[in-house]
Order: sequence, then C-alpha cells, then structure tokens
Amino acid sequence: MSYKEAQKIQKTTIDDQELAAAMERERKELERTWARPSGVTGWFIDTDHKSVAKRYIVTAFVFFIFGGIEAALMRLQLARPNNHFLSPDQYNQIFTVHGTTMMFLFAVPMMTAMGIYLVPLMIGARDVAFPRLNLYGYFVYLIGGILLYTGFLLNTGPDAGWFAYVPLAGPSYSPGKRVDIWAQMITFTEISALVGAVVIIGSVFKMRAPGMSINRLPLFVWAQVVTSFMIIFAMPAVMLASSFLASDRLIDTHFFNPAEGGDAILYQHLFWFFGHPEVYIIFIPALGFISPIVIAFSRRKIFGYLALVLSLISTGFIGFGLWVHHMFATPIPQMGQSFFTAASMMISIPSGVQIFCWIATLWGGKLHIKTPLLFVLGFFAIFIIGGLTGVMLASVPLDLQIHDTFFVVAHLHYVLIGGSVFPLFGAFYYWFPKWTGRMLSERVGHWNFWLMFVGFNLVFFPMHQLGLNGMPRRVYTYLPETGWATLNLIASIGAFILAAGVLVFIINVFWARRAGEVAGDNPWAADGLEWSTTSPPPNYNFHNIPVVQGRYPLWQATPDAPVVRGLSTTKRETLVTSVLDSQPELKFDIPGPSPWPFCVALATAVTFIAGIFTPWAFLVGAILAGIALTCWFFGDPNYENRTARETGERSQPVSPPRELQPKEV
Amino acid sequence: MIQAITTKRRILGCLFALCAMLCLSSCGGIQNSINPAGPQADSLSRLWWLMFVVCTIVFVTVMIALLLALRQRTREPQFASTPILEPQPQQERRRRNAVISAVTITIIIMFFFLIVSFSAGRSLTADLAHKSGLSIELTGHQWWWEVRYQDVDASNIFTTANEIHIPVGVPVTFTLKGGDVIHSFWVPNLAGKKDLIPGKINTIWLQADKPGVYRGQCAEYCGLQHAQMALWVVAEPQDQFNAWRQNQTQTSLTPTTDSQKHGQQVFLTSTCVMCHSINGTPAGSNIGPNLTHVASRNTIAAATLANTRDHLAQWIKDSQSIKPGNKMPQNNLGDSDLQSLLDYLQSLK
Amino acid sequence: MFSENSHAKAQSRKRNWAIKNIFASLRLCVSLSFCFVFLFASCKREQRQFSQPPSTFKSYDVTMSDIHPGAAGLQQPIQNPSEQRAYDTSEGKRLFTQYNCSGCHFNGGGGIGPALMDEKWIYGDEPQNIYSTIVEGRPNGMPSFRQKIPDAQIQEIVAYVRSMSGQLRKDVAPTRNDSMNARRSEERTERKPPQQTTAPPF
Repeated sequence: MSYKEAQKIQKTTIDDQELAAAMERERKELERTWARPSGVTGWFIDTDHKSVAKRYIVTAFVFFIFGGIEAALMRLQLARPNNHFLSPDQYNQIFTVHGTTMMFLFAVPMMTAMGIYLVPLMIGARDVAFPRLNLYGYFVYLIGGILLYTGFLLNTGPDAGWFAYVPLAGPSYSPGKRVDIWAQMITFTEISALVGAVVIIGSVFKMRAPGMSINRLPLFVWAQVVTSFMIIFAMPAVMLASSFLASDRLIDTHFFNPAEGGDAILYQHLFWFFGHPEVYIIFIPALGFISPIVIAFSRRKIFGYLALVLSLISTGFIGFGLWVHHMFATPIPQMGQSFFTAASMMISIPSGVQIFCWIATLWGGKLHIKTPLLFVLGFFAIFIIGGLTGVMLASVPLDLQIHDTFFVVAHLHYVLIGGSVFPLFGAFYYWFPKWTGRMLSERVGHWNFWLMFVGFNLVFFPMHQLGLNGMPRRVYTYLPETGWATLNLIASIGAFILAAGVLVFIINVFWARRAGEVAGDNPWAADGLEWSTTSPPPNYNFHNIPVVQGRYPLWQATPDAPVVRGLSTTKRETLVTSVLDSQPELKFDIPGPSPWPFCVALATAVTFIAGIFTPWAFLVGAILAGIALTCWFFGDPNYENRTARETGERSQPVSPPRELQPKEV
Repeated sequence: MIQAITTKRRILGCLFALCAMLCLSSCGGIQNSINPAGPQADSLSRLWWLMFVVCTIVFVTVMIALLLALRQRTREPQFASTPILEPQPQQERRRRNAVISAVTITIIIMFFFLIVSFSAGRSLTADLAHKSGLSIELTGHQWWWEVRYQDVDASNIFTTANEIHIPVGVPVTFTLKGGDVIHSFWVPNLAGKKDLIPGKINTIWLQADKPGVYRGQCAEYCGLQHAQMALWVVAEPQDQFNAWRQNQTQTSLTPTTDSQKHGQQVFLTSTCVMCHSINGTPAGSNIGPNLTHVASRNTIAAATLANTRDHLAQWIKDSQSIKPGNKMPQNNLGDSDLQSLLDYLQSLK
Repeated sequence: MFSENSHAKAQSRKRNWAIKNIFASLRLCVSLSFCFVFLFASCKREQRQFSQPPSTFKSYDVTMSDIHPGAAGLQQPIQNPSEQRAYDTSEGKRLFTQYNCSGCHFNGGGGIGPALMDEKWIYGDEPQNIYSTIVEGRPNGMPSFRQKIPDAQIQEIVAYVRSMSGQLRKDVAPTRNDSMNARRSEERTERKPPQQTTAPPF
C-alpha cells in the first residue's frame, strides 16, 4: 500500500494531528525494535550495518596509517645511498608488511566497508541481507590484522614480499613462522572479503526499495555489485595459493617443489589470477564513489549511465584475463604473451569510456568545486598517468625493461592511490555529513587535497625515472655510483608532504566531529536515497521505506511520493523484492544482535592461528566452530527483542500494488 | 580564493615541468634502459619513446578537456539554490559524438600499440634459434651470479662469476637457470629482463654494439641481499675478448713468491676451500664463486665493491657487515695469514 | 548558566568517554593477550644473527666417557643458541648438504657414516658432543673440520643434526627441502629419546 493510499484511508477516519501522533508512535516503536545494544557487550554483538561499517572504516584507516608509517620508514632508508637506517632484514619485513597491509587490510576492507554502510541506504533497505554474517566478517578481518601486526612487532613479520613468491617464501628459504603468518592472514582477509561480497550481493539483489529496478540502480551500487562478484571469483584462487603455500611449509606437501613434480610458476599463476582482479576490486568501488560526486557537484544527471554500467561490468570480466602481464619475464610462449598484452590494453577502453563520460558530465553541468570534487579532479590527473603507464606495462617487450623496477612502483601507486585513495578521500568528504551529521571543513579540505596531491606526485613521479634508470624495486639500499640519489631524495621529501596531507585530514575529522557545521539531511542537495533520511541515519534507516520513481530518486521524487506501508514496527521486518524489477515479494525478518558471530570468529582464529604451530588445531577448531555455528543457527533470530516473539508468523508474501507492476517496455 | 587556486595551479604547473625536465634529462648511465647499447635495448627504447610521446599527447589532451570543463563552475554558495540542469538533447548528442570519437581514438591507439609491441616482441625473440654466436649458461644463486661459458670444445668451457665479458657486435645467447630461488637477469642498457627459475630453463639473447661496461642487477626479489646482487657486462672488441677468454680457460697461476705460496696454503687449509674452487689446486667446491681468475675481475661481492686489496681484506674478514646475511662467513685469520692470502688472491690474474 | 539539557549532555559525554575507555582497554587486552601467546613462541625463533658472537663451545672441554680421574666435576650442558633460531637450523640444513656431510651420512639415514636420524648416539647427544665430533673428527672415518668450518656455522650444523632425530622444538626445526625428500622433514620427526651406544663394528 502506498503512503498516499494509506493517507487516503486514514484521512477518512482521523485528522492530520492524529496522523502525526500516530507517526511519532510508530517512530518510537521502530526505535525500540531496532535498538542497538550498547556498552561493552554491544561492541561484540551489534549487527547494525552502519556500526559494523564504521568499525570497518576506522580499523581500515588505522591500518592505512600503519602502512603509511612503514612507507615513511622505507623512504627514510632510501633517502640516500648506502644508508644504514634499517637493516636488510627489517627493510624486507617492512616493505612486505606495507604491501600486505595496504592491499589486504586497508584497500579491500575499506571498499567493502563503504559498501556495507552506503548500499542499504542507497537502495532503501533497513539493514544488509545477512547482518550477523557481516559482523562475523568484521571480526575475522580484525583478527587477521592483529595477527599480522603482532607478528610484525615480534620480529615475525613476513619478509617475502606481498605476493610471497615461492621458492623464496617456501619452506627452504623462509625459515621460521614469518610467511606462515602471512599465509594465514590471507585466509582471514579472504573470508572477510567473501563474506562482505555475499552480504552486498544479497542486499542489492533482494532488498531494494520498490521501484528501484535494475536500470535505476545507483552507479555506486553497480560498482559494489561488480566488485563483489569479482571477489567471489578471484578470492578462491588466492585461497588455493596461500593454502598450498601453507601446506608446503607446514605439512611437507610438494605443490611448488619442482624436484618432486611441483611447479614454482604455478604459484604465480594462482596468485595473479587473484592478484590482478584484486586491483580492480580496489579500483571499481572507487569508480563508484566518483559518479555520485560528479552528479551532485555538477548538478545534472550523469552522462551515459548505460555506458558507465557496461564499462564497470566489462572491466569486471576483462580484469580476469590479464594476470599473465605480471609474469612476462617467465618463460611463456610469445603467442600467449600477446593474448595477455591484448587483454591488458583492452581494459583501458572501458576505463577510457568512463573517464570520457564523466568529463562529458562535467562539461554539461554547473560545477561546485568543493573538496569532494577536487579529489575527483585529482583522480583524473593521477589515474590517467597511471593508466597510460599501465598500457606501457602491458606491452611485452617494454614490460621486460620496466617490470619489477621503480617504474612499476610508480605505476601501481598512481593507479591505486590515484585511482582509489583520492576518490576515497573525496568520498569521505562527501559522505562524512551523512555519517556524523556534521560537515568537514572546506578550507582544511583544500589544504588536505593540495598537500596530498603535491606530495603524492613528488614521491611517485620521480620513480618512473628511477625505474627507467635501472633501479629495481624492493632494494633496501643502492650504491652512490648508480646516480639514483637525487630522485630518491625528492621522493623521500614528497613522502612527508603526503603524510602531512593525511595528518591534516585526521585533524579535520576530529575537529569536525566536535565543531563542524551541522549538516542537515542533504547538505549537497544530492539525488541519492541516502540523503532522504536524517544525518546520521536512524538505526532503522528509513521511517517508511521509500518507493523509487527514477534513477535520481530525490531529484525526481514527486511531492506526494508513495512510500511502503505495512511493515511491522515491532519486529525487524523488511521487504524482499524481485531481482530485476524490484517488485515486493516477501516480508522478511532480519536477524538482530547476536553473540555467536564473534564466537565463530574466535573459533576461526583458533583454527588458523594455532594451525601455524600444530595440525591438531584444525580438529579443535572444527569442533569449536561446529558448536558456535550450531548455536548461531538455532538461536533466536530476534535476540534482545522480546516483543517480536509474540507474532509467530514469518516471511509473509505480499502482492505488489498495481502501479509497481512492470510495464510493457 | 580564485586567485589562490590559480597560484596553486601555477605552482603545480612548475612542478610538472620540473618533473618532465628530470624525466627528459639524465639519459646517460651505466644501468639505464633509455641509454641503449645494443639492438635489443635500442628497439625497446624506441618503443618506449614512441609510447611516451603518444601517451603524453593523450594525457595533455584529456587534461585540457578537463580544464575546459572547469569553466562551467558556478560561484553559487548554496547547493539547494542551484537548479538541477536538464541537459538539452542537442548538446547531449554533441557530447555523445565527442565521447564516441574519443573512445574510437582510444581503440585505434590501443591497436596501434598492440601491433607495434607485437612486432617489437617478435624481433626480440624470433631469431633466437639462429643466433650462433656465444652461448653462456647463467645460474642465479643467493646472492651472486654463476657464469659458465659454453663451447663445443670441452676444454674451452670455463666458469666465472658476476662479470660477463662479451665481444662487441656478436649475439650472445643466455641459458638462465635458477639455483635456489627465482632471480631475474637484467642489463638495462642491453636488453630486457628474464627470470631464472628453479626447475625451468629460460633463454634470452643480447648484443652490445659499442664497447663499454654495463651494469646489471637482479630484478626479482630474492631475499636479504637482493639489493646487492649485481653484475657487470664488459663488451670489448673481438680480439680483446679472445685474449680474455684464452686466459680464463687456463688453470690458475702457480704462486711465485713465498708470501703467495703461504697464501695458497692458507686458502687450502682454512674455510675458503669449503666453498670456493681454484682450478689447478685441490680447491674444487661449487658453493661460492669460482676464484680461479679472481684478480682479473673489476669487482667483488657481486659487483658491490671494487676489487682492491682493502676491500678484499674487509670482505674476507667481515663480509657480514658489508652485506648482512650473505652466505660468506666471518673469518678469524691472523694478520700475516690474511696478508699472504691477499697476496695470493691478487696474483690470480 | 547550566541548563538541564547541557547537564544531561555532559553526563552522556562522560558516559561515552567511559565506554570508549572500556573499549580501548578491552582492545588493548585482546591484542596484548595475542602478543603474549606469540611472545612465548617467538622470542628467539625469528632472530637472524648474521655477525656471530664468539662460540660458547670449546671442544677440549668435552669428555667422551663418564670416568674421571680424581673427583668428577659438575658438567653443565652448554646451550647452543642456534637451537633457538629457525634461521640457524635452516642454515645448518643447507650447510649439511653443501659441506657434503650427506656424502657419508646420507640424508641422516646413515650409510658410510652412522645414521643421524635415529635415537642412537655413539659420542653423546649433547650439542657440545656433536660440536667436538665435527671439530675433532672421530675414528673410523669422521674427518676433523677444525679451521675448515667457522664456529658459528658448526653451531648451526649441530642444531640441525639434533633436529634430525627430533631433539629440537618443532617450530624451530627446518621443514622440507626444495629437492627430492628422502625422509620426513625434521619438523615432523617425532622426538626419539637419545640412547648411548658403542661405535658400530666397522
């Protein structure tokens, strides 16, 4: 029943004042039903997608800072030739932990976290599809991160590079438990990424507000869906790689031992079959940040919605076809290499399409140059350089010269920082008002952007030159006669400017949380559904789930926009809709807070961490996990929500109102 | 505010100009991929410059398009008061055409790059089988290079380390083998890199067109001393090379002075003999570099130190403080023993 | 001028602070407990000492028999620091092959020389016994490596030899090699209680 109809019915019996009072009563009921457990226990059982995502974001940002500190240490070491600031052993651990942190503990979880926070708000859902699974994913990720850093602080940091090539990472050449910690940490982040992907796909496919048919899906949500599918297909490959590696190291298997029929190159194939899509797993959500920012700050509809969506999807597909361009120096037949060259060059076409579409949007808009848009403009400048150097790396012969040099270091930072971190900071500035109800400072934001932009280019642009001049990556020092000193010094200075930029951001956040301008519901007068609710959103996200009337819901909403009525206010009920047309299908109870996800995460931790030291851990862990999972599955879905038990019915089918039936095209 | 931004932009422009200058300058160098000394590196460097120019044009064009878009900025401070633009269909069509042509140009450039890079790749590998010049087997060890010159005549086969002499103008084929972990052989002035992988055999050929010394370095992370695993390629005229080769195939010189004789004794009775070999003496272990003609090399410790008496002494006594983690142990030799050993090693021309 | 509202706010802020503090300390506790778990296991295991301090062994301190002239002195077993470090045992394994120990002892199963992976020890199972065996040599074919192998490397080989019969901690003993593996890796070898035996009759 639409809001209008509801009003109509109610109008016959009650007047406006009574209606308002009824609404207020309803709001209070919702407030009670969706209440978040507080206190210390709340930290372990709260499944609200916003609080889980906030924790994700803060944790990932803390890891980002750790990774940044490691980068600064490396730049200090490389600032001058023959430097003795770090020993080779320390340097190798630091660069490995830096890469691992940035890829596995910062980039992927951060992008997942943004999705977990924003997707339900953008599609008009009360929560994500599997809130408890989601919470489990966070704890597993947190434990993985703690594991890596505990190891690192105890001189057990992995030291075989973030892709841990065998045989160097194998049992013969990496004694001790360093690489085992790396391999198991990969397991933890795999699990959490897969869980995040499942949660997002489930939410987007089945929990959209009525009317948000698949062709009206916001571009950010599209990006998250594509990313999630990529995670589901890419992560199993690295799971094989890291599990094979761990079993080679711990139980004497021979997957990668050429003397007993194994193959060292197999590892590289498995790893890069994940590793290259991983780049897009980090990069595509960032493309998702750009579209809403461009739309909001150019005050017009996006140019080429269909082209953008198809580009995202094709990037997702082609992304799986170019892993071999990381391995051109290994013996691979030329015909095979050429295929991967072609695929690697092909992927620049969808990227090009997107960039052209955004520029076309900017051309036809009225631009408000605020900090989020500034970061997007910075993205264009930096990412395009990274993309073009990527094309160079795709060319087999040229790659043989610049592969594994500082040129690649420059390229990958241009792509990942330019392509992901700049849009991410833009997204922070854009959605911070929604998260906290306060605006980040514009002035400080400009400082933040320019420090980061100048610092970034100062660090990484000279690295192109260093690579061409023959400086291989992952060297802890270099000789003065190589002539690399000046450019390295410039890079090291730039690193500290970049760090200052990040510091300014942190200051801005702390300042804004206390004293920032109060934002209101929709400070940017933007189009997305997330701006229709209060800032910060209530626990139940929307008082009435809206009915979407167009691709730009708030811009296209009519004054008497219909809403969904009839969902229970006394239990955590939400609407399940069809995949393509988003027609209402079911009313469904979403599970609430539960202590079991944390317990299962602990059991997982016992299994994999103790598994480094004894195979018995898997037996013990399986039993523990079995117990915890049993309790999880058979427990009360409405933990802490007594009133919900009174109505026994669940999963009622609903018949969609006529105006929501799909029309003939 | 606007002024501030233009100043910032100006600073930024200067910065980019500076970077570009840095990029274009400093094309010299003994380990530099854009200072080619052979046909391989030459074609690669031409490919690089081609791609660099095309990519720069693309970048500048897109940036200009972006900057022109910034003309659309509004000074309206309030968001809500800026109306949502309803784009005019005619303008949208123009934009659509622009985007389509930009994408078409992108596709054309990519095809162009693909063909150029494919043909460059073919020229690098195609005639590998026909190259009948010199054949060298290169094995990567943690953290040095074992170089074995192959020949149909077994008496011409010899092993050396970390320094490869090649004749100018002759194609040299390398058979690359991994001794322990994966390393990568890379001499940027001459050719691209290829990995040395345990359990696999990889090949590469290169050729130097002008005499000179070119530095190469391991390009695949291989552990603690990856940073200091370098080598020299010495390209010299054919007759000089032949003389060098002739010398290398000989067994080591017999010590002449008393000190050298004592030094040989020290070598054979101490730790040295456990890992190194000197042809013509009982020392025949293959764990470390072959020292038969160690004095003829320009550097020691995988091109880390110049081959001087001081460096040699430091290296023998305490190599771990120079390259922490390398496989050469510290040695506790008495001073006179050390001096004799140095005399002996320096006599091994 | 305090309104009720601001008072309530201050109180709730205080409460928030308290909660935050609890969270912080909780997180600290969790990470600290993780730390301790690892600390026990890894205090020395991961050390990589490249510049070795002088050896703690002196081969002439070691006696072969229990019979002493005069009063028996108290013999303290000497600690071999390499047995605590995974890197050292793995280096020992490398040297065992490269110095051709396997030429006689094969992969520990014995052949020309006695087996090293069983529980039988002819000249003692303590690190200093093995040290002096390597330095001094033994009758019936074990050569003396005096001055041929530096002390630090002998310590590594000693640690490795003891790992072959499972005498070392599992997390320090080396795992499989990257070549043909003739036997279970040292890490997975069950510990065999050492037994003294006489020299085999050859």
